[in-house]
Amino acid sequence: MTTMHGGGIAIVGASETTAIGSLPDISMLNLHADAARNALADAGLTTTDVDGVATAGPLPHEVSHHLGITPRWLDGTMVGGCSFMLHVRHAAAAIAAGAADVVLVTHGESGRSRVGMGGRGPNPSSAQGQFEAVYGAQAPYSTFTVPALHFLQERGLEREALAQVVVAQREWAIGNPRASRRTPTTVAAVLEQPPVAWPFSKDMCCVVTDGGGALVLMSSERAADLPAADRAVYLLGSGESAEAPMVSQMADPGSFQAFRRAGAEAFATAGITHDDVDHLMAYDAFAHLPLYMLEDLGFVGRGESRDFIADGNTGRGGRLPMNTNGGGLSYTHTGMYGMFAIQEAVRQLRGEAFAQVPDVRTSFVQGVGMFFAAAGSLVLSNRRP
Amino acid sequence: MPGPTPVPTPDTAPYWEGAAAGELRVQQCTSCGEHYFYPRPFCPLCGSDAVEWRVTAGRATLVSYVINHRPFPPVEEPQVVALVQLDEGPRMMTNVVGVEPLPANLPLGLRLQVTFEQRGEHAIPVFTPAEAAR
Repeated sequence: MTTMHGGGIAIVGASETTAIGSLPDISMLNLHADAARNALADAGLTTTDVDGVATAGPLPHEVSHHLGITPRWLDGTMVGGCSFMLHVRHAAAAIAAGAADVVLVTHGESGRSRVGMGGRGPNPSSAQGQFEAVYGAQAPYSTFTVPALHFLQERGLEREALAQVVVAQREWAIGNPRASRRTPTTVAAVLEQPPVAWPFSKDMCCVVTDGGGALVLMSSERAADLPAADRAVYLLGSGESAEAPMVSQMADPGSFQAFRRAGAEAFATAGITHDDVDHLMAYDAFAHLPLYMLEDLGFVGRGESRDFIADGNTGRGGRLPMNTNGGGLSYTHTGMYGMFAIQEAVRQLRGEAFAQVPDVRTSFVQGVGMFFAAAGSLVLSNRRP
Repeated sequence: MPGPTPVPTPDTAPYWEGAAAGELRVQQCTSCGEHYFYPRPFCPLCGSDAVEWRVTAGRATLVSYVINHRPFPPVEEPQVVALVQLDEGPRMMTNVVGVEPLPANLPLGLRLQVTFEQRGEHAIPVFTPAEAAR
């Protein structure tokens, strides 16, 4: 019997769009299509093999029809940038239950060029519209960032801790032609930049790009028959949770409950401990997020995240290489970055990353969505237990 | 300061009517006793629908903030986007006004007093440092 967790489900195809960055000639929907076709080719499959489609942004039937897929399973879960972690989790459950055989998860976003995108901003009669947007809590950089000072002060940290995150992650992106920011920087240089939304300077905020990515999932039994079976990546565990749709209503601005809950469920369902994790993707739309995640996921104790990063533990040769593509801060960030975090975990587990970490066996992928609203966690491995 | 205006719903109309009258109102559950925000016709903490509107003291503490140097038009000046905690318990987003938007003027824990900014037909609750309030 196929099970949702424990290696019963495999990612057999994974790819980003052919190009990422500034793509003014490609619409949002065709970014989905380009990524989907690349991921299917990676798996040695075609659209005729797919019977399940999950996406966020456009509706799932917009993507399936555009690609010529007739689905018997759809998932349009939309909780922002971590939607794709939830799609992987939901797809695994569906495949295990027999509701789908081959699931395509797609992301595409013209975040920079805004080609084929809808309007921005919340409904002015929603809670966000009435109680946050009126105060200028509209853009991600003036909303998602608001709790950070509280987090820092609670721990006796300064904004220098945010700059440490930027510098550590930049190291991974140096020289990568697909990365938006790929030249070395220093803590002093990051701190000296003009503020975007103090305490955040420009490089403490993610890049804004066009691009996409897609994944193909099926049962591990079926994956074993594929030509590229040795490149399969297995889902060991996962978790998801959500809190408030408004940053101001977080239960605790210094810790995100949804990271704690989703992360704990992912560890429990995978049956692993923190020591088993060789590689971490920690969704970094802004520089405070890896600090929250390291602590809320339990990789370090409360208040230890800054030193953990500054001491090199998340860099090359460190105990826990983190955001090895450079993250949203350096590599790419279309708006819903979660797909790119999963793509990098798959590349590392396949041994195909630009900045490859030796001997990665287990990767933990942590997503966040709709600012501090939702969270999704995946535990992926290149070996089936 | 200019900016977006809210579109109230029947559930939130008492909040905005209160603001227009110079009152910061939140709801209190008469079953569990907790104040809560944002407005809903039932208590999100215990589920009771025995809830009543209260006029708060309008006093709050600064929990966290950013100084937004890239506000959307029509806002042109750096804007303090702040998370505050009302003395009654709930937290809300707001702006801190009446003070130069500099970190030195905005220590966390700063005591604040509500004031109201007229914006179109709406009065928007914002906060100012308590010692500056009259």
